[in-house]
Amino acid sequence: MIEVQQLTKFYGRHAAIRDVSFTANRGEILGFLGPNGAGKTTTMRILTGYMPATSGTAKVAGFDVFTESRDVRARVGYLPENPPLYPEFTPFAYLDFVASINGVTRDRRRAAIEYALDATAISDVAHHPISTLSRGYRQRVAIAQAIVHEPEVIVLDEPTIGLDPKQVIGIRKLIKSLASDRTVILSTHILPEVTQLCDRVVIISRGQIVADDTTDSLTATEDLEQVFLRVTTSDVAEDEDATAEHMQTAAAEPAPHAAEDDASDATTDDAASFPTHDNGDGE
Amino acid sequence: MSNVWALAYKELRAYFLSPIAYVVLAGFLLITGFMFWNMLAQFSRFVAIYSSMQRPDMMQQMNLNDMVMTPLLGNVTVVFILIMPLITMRLFAEERARGTDELLLTSPISTLEITFGKFFGAALFLLVLLGLFFVYPLVLMYFGDPEIPRILTGYLALLLIGLSAIALGLFTSTVTDSQIVAGVLAGGLLLMLLLIAWPADAVGEPFGTVLRYLSITDHSSDLMRGLVKAEDVIYYLSVVAIGLFLSQRSLESLRWR
Repeated sequence: MIEVQQLTKFYGRHAAIRDVSFTANRGEILGFLGPNGAGKTTTMRILTGYMPATSGTAKVAGFDVFTESRDVRARVGYLPENPPLYPEFTPFAYLDFVASINGVTRDRRRAAIEYALDATAISDVAHHPISTLSRGYRQRVAIAQAIVHEPEVIVLDEPTIGLDPKQVIGIRKLIKSLASDRTVILSTHILPEVTQLCDRVVIISRGQIVADDTTDSLTATEDLEQVFLRVTTSDVAEDEDATAEHMQTAAAEPAPHAAEDDASDATTDDAASFPTHDNGDGE
Repeated sequence: MSNVWALAYKELRAYFLSPIAYVVLAGFLLITGFMFWNMLAQFSRFVAIYSSMQRPDMMQQMNLNDMVMTPLLGNVTVVFILIMPLITMRLFAEERARGTDELLLTSPISTLEITFGKFFGAALFLLVLLGLFFVYPLVLMYFGDPEIPRILTGYLALLLIGLSAIALGLFTSTVTDSQIVAGVLAGGLLLMLLLIAWPADAVGEPFGTVLRYLSITDHSSDLMRGLVKAEDVIYYLSVVAIGLFLSQRSLESLRWR
């Protein structure tokens, strides 16, 4: 269903991802695990047709993400890291719009919206303005937009961020149920999320894949947690070195240009956010 | 095409779900209402003066189009330059600031459809605004006998100026995620097109002719007098086409930044 080969993306001279290759099959939940700035969002943006790669190929449902981008986008439901919501709309009106631009015909639209509302348990607030909803509800509205057109592939960037423990459990159940006849890729920096949800795990660090295997296999041969810890702690150590070097040269040099993607945040965010194995939601 | 209308409908809805629509419509009607009242009062004053002077020849020369509607439509052109950026500044800058551009650009719609959807959404709002503005000719029609065709060509001029302003404003809205910057850029661009003919006489020919041709208001004067000329209509449609082309290219470039 998804084939990624030698995917590389440069922002200027900075490689956000380099030679990333992996596959995901129908019915599989693939976890993209890595610290902030590892290149998860960049990979997902390329897979969803938001932006092209510098080199390499990626196919979704047999379509090339660059040359057949529209075909890919018609088959993918995407939850970006920042929920893409229109606060003045109600969830119902918002889903109606998303369904219509995703090709859901008028006669099927109401059923599609009700399916998405039910699946994400937001029917009770369907006609409240999104601006009045709590963060958890907003996140669920954003997930609902990713599934309203019943796509073959669902890409979720940090889907449980900002949710309370009960909502996290609900969303994980939903993701499990979605994968029965679809492919789900989810990015996370929460280790338990991967072990509980995913059939396969790709661990990415500094734009490169450091592990790619089934969750069972990884946990059987080597402690998955140790692999993840090694990645994150090495990132933190490198960041500290980079930060020290930067501090020494900061007075002499102008600040580096900020790249558009999370990749540029690696040097600033990682030390603050890692090592982290829990989202603070009581996992 | 259904994607275009879905987006256009969403834009129109977004206007009326936020205070922008009501503030712009109220402000526009307040300003134009004041202008209309002022011109009508002046017209009435002249009627009273000429009738007291027993000057039927002067009375015959007076008509509502020349003294009320045409000057009003001309002044509204300037008001348009001020308010159109308020309508267009949010079109794409807001999407980028909210992160909803990611939703649009990962949906199976093309950047051309997004461009047209946004354009038609704002154009529908413009039609609402012009529809409300039609209350003034209705007042004149009720109490007097204005020339309807001339009023309609004047409205055509306003529509074409408005569509041009929307296309240019949409473009400025795609180049930044700040609505303020987008609005200021659009206002500056429109003001430039308004004033560009000022030095036409000073620079001599052929540059003077070029500057006059580029002026957004010079092409409306004949339309406001009831004369529809192909060159004027082509000018406005060209501005719209350029604005939409630049908007689409700018949106497409977002993928490569």
